[in-house]
Amino acid sequence: MRLHARYKWLPTPFRSVLLFIVWLLLNNSVSAGHLILGAVLAIAIPLVIAPFRTAQPLILRPGLATKQVFIVLWDIITANVEVAFKILAPTKRLRPGFIKVPLDLQHELPITILASTVSLTPGTVSAEVYPIPESLPKGEVPTQRFLLIHVLDLDDEQALIDTIKRRYEAPLKEIFQC
Amino acid sequence: MTEWLISALLIAGGLFILIGSIGLVKMPDFFMRLHGPTKATTLGMALLLIAANVFFSVENGVINIKEILISIFLLITAPITGYMLIKSAIHHELKAKDGTKGMDNIEDD
Repeated sequence: MRLHARYKWLPTPFRSVLLFIVWLLLNNSVSAGHLILGAVLAIAIPLVIAPFRTAQPLILRPGLATKQVFIVLWDIITANVEVAFKILAPTKRLRPGFIKVPLDLQHELPITILASTVSLTPGTVSAEVYPIPESLPKGEVPTQRFLLIHVLDLDDEQALIDTIKRRYEAPLKEIFQC
Repeated sequence: MTEWLISALLIAGGLFILIGSIGLVKMPDFFMRLHGPTKATTLGMALLLIAANVFFSVENGVINIKEILISIFLLITAPITGYMLIKSAIHHELKAKDGTKGMDNIEDD
């Protein structure tokens, strides 16, 4: 895990790339002028906002991150079809439930990404991260965190926890090396 | 040919949004209602935006992928909305449907 980037003038390399791409997409052009302006903005904006943010782990495995994005996109498509069928089927057959997934991740950014992934994929919405920071004594860092998830149709609790840990959490641990 | 493609995308997108809205009406409790809007609607919107991409690319003769940005922003914001809603629902101790499993997993705050 690394909290700070290699070069001081480029505090968050991935965000700079993202800003550059967003700028080009917003202007819908790849002319030289926009390439230069986009590059300047992509370097200047992260530098200006760097003092405001708390340091979060950086993406150390960009290749794996790209692969994970496509896996999640595919899961979103299947999730939509699956949930669509469940909505149209008789409501009585659904077995809703809350489950608690123990997390291996420690930092806010990876946990946020995991919670968002869980919300977008089959029949699950993330609800809460335990323990709630405000309920802890000041300055204490929780050793084990849990993610509370609401499931639309709960079949096998342990199998679902294993799927989430293997399919979404393990790659995140690998990407952020934490 | 492209007209057929655009129509198919629009219909599929509209269908997903419709199903998401049906879920919102049909489900028995608040927590289950959340599942429709957080999922079905994101894919529905994405399909509508792809249709817009194809239409403007063909119409203007230049490749137009601006709308992908809207999809990305939707993908980022939809889980946050869901999270805020379900968090406040838990805080207000809304009743879940009878027979909901694992209610004891919810901790007091």
